[in-house]
Amino acid sequence: MKVDRRELYSGRLLLVILMAVTIVPFISMFLTALHPSGSVPQGLDWPADPQWGNFVDAFNVAHMSTLLFSSVLIVLLTVPVSLVISTMAGFAIGLLRIPGASLLLLLFVFGLTLPYEGIVTPLYYLERQMGILNGRLAIALPLIALYMPFAVYWMRAHFITMPPEISEAARVDGASLWDLFWKIHVPLARPPIVSLGILMSVWTWNQFVLALVLVEDPNQRTAAGALGAFQGHYATDIPLLCAGSLLILLPTLIVFVAFQRQVIAALLQGSVKG
Amino acid sequence: MCAADRSMPETMIDRPDPQTDRQRPSRRTFGLRKVRRETLLGFLFVLPALAIYAVFVLLPLALTVQYSLYRWDGFNTPTWVGLANYTNVLTDPDLLNTIFNSFRLIIFFSLIPVTLGLVVASVIRRSATGSLGNVARTVLFLPQVIPLVAAGIVWSVVLSLSGIANQFLSAIGLDGITRAWLGDFDTALAAVGLIGTWVLLGLCTLLLLTGMTKIDPALYESARIDGAGAVREFLAITLPSLKQEIGVCVTVTVIAALRSFDIVYVTTGGGPGLATMVPGLDIYVLAFQARAVGVASALAVVLIILILVIIVPIQWLSRENGE
Repeated sequence: MKVDRRELYSGRLLLVILMAVTIVPFISMFLTALHPSGSVPQGLDWPADPQWGNFVDAFNVAHMSTLLFSSVLIVLLTVPVSLVISTMAGFAIGLLRIPGASLLLLLFVFGLTLPYEGIVTPLYYLERQMGILNGRLAIALPLIALYMPFAVYWMRAHFITMPPEISEAARVDGASLWDLFWKIHVPLARPPIVSLGILMSVWTWNQFVLALVLVEDPNQRTAAGALGAFQGHYATDIPLLCAGSLLILLPTLIVFVAFQRQVIAALLQGSVKG
Repeated sequence: MCAADRSMPETMIDRPDPQTDRQRPSRRTFGLRKVRRETLLGFLFVLPALAIYAVFVLLPLALTVQYSLYRWDGFNTPTWVGLANYTNVLTDPDLLNTIFNSFRLIIFFSLIPVTLGLVVASVIRRSATGSLGNVARTVLFLPQVIPLVAAGIVWSVVLSLSGIANQFLSAIGLDGITRAWLGDFDTALAAVGLIGTWVLLGLCTLLLLTGMTKIDPALYESARIDGAGAVREFLAITLPSLKQEIGVCVTVTVIAALRSFDIVYVTTGGGPGLATMVPGLDIYVLAFQARAVGVASALAVVLIILILVIIVPIQWLSRENGE
């Protein structure tokens, strides 16, 4: 493609500026974290005496190990169950085409645009009645439910493209419905299941409003929920706040850089279908 | 989609169609029993998903509607007030203002990221096909991966009085306009909005870029032969071909604007005053701090309906003669 030189350079300049706007806030945060605890540093400014100890302090006051463990636990409580039950539902709606399939799909799709804030108040009172408030299940159970519209829609989109010949061949060989699902269709559905798993893990890790309302103890929350509480406690100590926030962000950043292709692909497909 | 699809599940299991039954009695009966067993098993596959969805989404949704018709502080016996809470939401200037604020946020969450995303995607496609383009993709996408709470904290440091934004403005001689951007009545909402722009630009860029790679290069060739410039080419070929992708971007970003919560909660808490209050946050404040569960629920119902009313036409427009 022939592009004249002026367009070439102005285009590249725009990209560099936008990348700077994306990255510089993180650098500014890092530099701020190195200033003496309690001080008010000026934007981009390399400290005379870098306080690397701030990261250790933040690790301790934020109960970082407990918090990461809690977030991982919530992801493990939420994502595998969501994957299994949404794949089963997608299989029945998209491939078995059970009677009422389109009605069921409509019921699930109805929840696609539902804002979490719209149901968080009754969730609080409902969970108080059930006695599961303030535990990790308080976050995990509603999250599984809130993922169903997207997850079922997503898995159904896969199963509806599966040629019926595959199932028919298996049926002739006498496979039961469960075998057909578990031994034949689940292995074939690996790519959409993996993408869905990545998507739901990111969403769970980053979930804030449910954690804020349904769980008081930051140590039983998601990473984002804990970060919110941390900010509430240390809003005035900006270097410590920056150090803590960076530590909480670190796992996400590492996973993103390591799996960027898969993560980007999953999130893009996620928005196209959502 | 046949008519049977729409009937209730129970009737399908209990009552075989008498007409088809009469036509071929013996074989049909056997087949039906098998079909009925399979149907039953099929429902068992949907059951877990449906059950948890019913208990933790549909039931709370119904409860929201129910709460919205009562005055309730969360502890004492609720009092029936009919539609009074809705009248309140639709007439109270403060509550209406929260809804208008979320509309204003659409400019920053949706209009700017989609427009700028179109420009950036074109730039990457035309001027940065090599490693610069690849790096730009990853870097610009980064804000999409981190929690919105983190984005809020990062930017509250950047936009603070001593933050890098003011440092930069002073450096280029604009000392006069430096301020605490998130604490100023005139700039707070725009500042919150710009954080949204920062988060959503990468997503829009990549979605649009994916769409652009699907456009037939021959179209561009013929445009060039006709002597079309970059702008003309963009308006005549790129834009119409991206109808669906633009539809997706607008849908995702408008929803993000209307249900915004995390960024506002962390950066301004709705302030100063109510300058950045949005429905999502107001529901939380009303229900759990002001103990006005009824009004909070009415606002929730209005928000849910508002999102549907805005999103469904966008979906409809972008899907229509899309393929």
